[in-house]
Amino acid sequence: MDKVEDTAENGMKMKKKKENDIVIEMKDCSAGYGANRVLSHVSLTVRKGEFLVLIGPSGCGKTTLLKMMNGLVEPMEGEVLIKGERLSECDLVAVRRRIGYAVQGARLFPHMTVEDNICYVPALDRKMAKGEKKELTRKMLDMVQLPPELAGRFPKQLSGGQQQRVGIARAMAAQPEILLMDEPFGAVDEITRKGLQEELQALHGKTGVTVVFITHDIGEAFLLGSRILVMKDGGILQEGTKEELMGSPKDAFVKRLLERV
Amino acid sequence: MGFIQIFWDRREFFLVCLLEHIRISLTAVVCAGTLGILAGIFISGRKKMAAVVLGIINVIYTVPSISLLGFLIPFTGIGNRTAVIALTVYGLLPIVRNTYTGLVNVDAGILEVARGLGADGRQLLFRIRFPLALPVIISGFRNMVVMIIAMGGIASFIGAGGLGAAIYRGITTYNMTLTAAGSLLIALLALLSDWLLSKAEKAVNRRYGIG
Repeated sequence: MDKVEDTAENGMKMKKKKENDIVIEMKDCSAGYGANRVLSHVSLTVRKGEFLVLIGPSGCGKTTLLKMMNGLVEPMEGEVLIKGERLSECDLVAVRRRIGYAVQGARLFPHMTVEDNICYVPALDRKMAKGEKKELTRKMLDMVQLPPELAGRFPKQLSGGQQQRVGIARAMAAQPEILLMDEPFGAVDEITRKGLQEELQALHGKTGVTVVFITHDIGEAFLLGSRILVMKDGGILQEGTKEELMGSPKDAFVKRLLERV
Repeated sequence: MGFIQIFWDRREFFLVCLLEHIRISLTAVVCAGTLGILAGIFISGRKKMAAVVLGIINVIYTVPSISLLGFLIPFTGIGNRTAVIALTVYGLLPIVRNTYTGLVNVDAGILEVARGLGADGRQLLFRIRFPLALPVIISGFRNMVVMIIAMGGIASFIGAGGLGAAIYRGITTYNMTLTAAGSLLIALLALLSDWLLSKAEKAVNRRYGIG
């Protein structure tokens, strides 16, 4: 008798734990601009610590999907939940400060130094002392493998790869639990990209941050993703790990995509 | 050489005119600058209203300055006050337009990232949009200052003080040297102000890593 109860309780706990593990949930989401529908009826869940990669051709709706996760795009239908809270009922500004966001070309704020860029998010919440900013900048620059001397530079004095690294440091500075990345390595050369990929992997391993990452490079998707989501024409075509995709590609499109590895 | 003579002979008169001119212009600069920047910010998020406001300001701008002064007399009388109002109205165009243009043309991608990282409306404006628009706003401000100082010369036609008084007196007494001396001082004042503002502009640009 005792034993049975025990297992039942354990089962409950397990179930509960699993539910708590979900950090992003999208339920039947559609989005578009005017009559033009970019995404239709997409549902997905992202678990804590996952590295989810969205891949698909341009215009397939992956950027729109990502922007729905931090409320930059509002769903026409459906619901987005971040850690169980409906985004439509949340204070979006507060939610966004807990979600890192990095985009192609970094889009650093050109009028701010590297230090001010990195401290941007924490400084939105409170006035930071000089020493605190300096310390945080040093720590974040170290995390993305940049020398501390860069703190006082302006973005245009950095190389493309350095800018991208600072972009990641800016996204991670407030220690977010979720990191959204929209083709962050799209605008850098091959060698720099390799380095950035390795560092992102290390960073993911070290911090356990949940990452949602967009790319159109299947090699990058396989290298980084713990789960891959193939998108086409505003919907999810197939999802799974590298092995699952390789083992049973759903259709000719996925097959062609996999051939590019 | 008549110039030096006339400046020396009437130094007190010129000094009074110069100080008055600076006072009137400065008041108008402060009024037009404040109003213009606020109006520019206000319409930057409202496309339809922006078209209307900029249209109205453009129309006012086409009214000859001398007749604008005339129109104002029934309402505000003659003297410095009317001059300041007229100069303010004229000064609005460059500053409103540049503030608006500067704010609207900030890179949309940068704004989206700023918003995506959690800036609220006010932070977006003051930490991102305004500083990025500042070079354009400052160039409008410089335009405005030069214009107000130059136009301040005709304010004496409605009984206001300033260097226009020297010009006006020169015209009515057929004293060309006096007229030229007044004009020269206005030109110098405008150039000097513009030069000082260019210094300020450079300092701002350095602060924001531009140039």
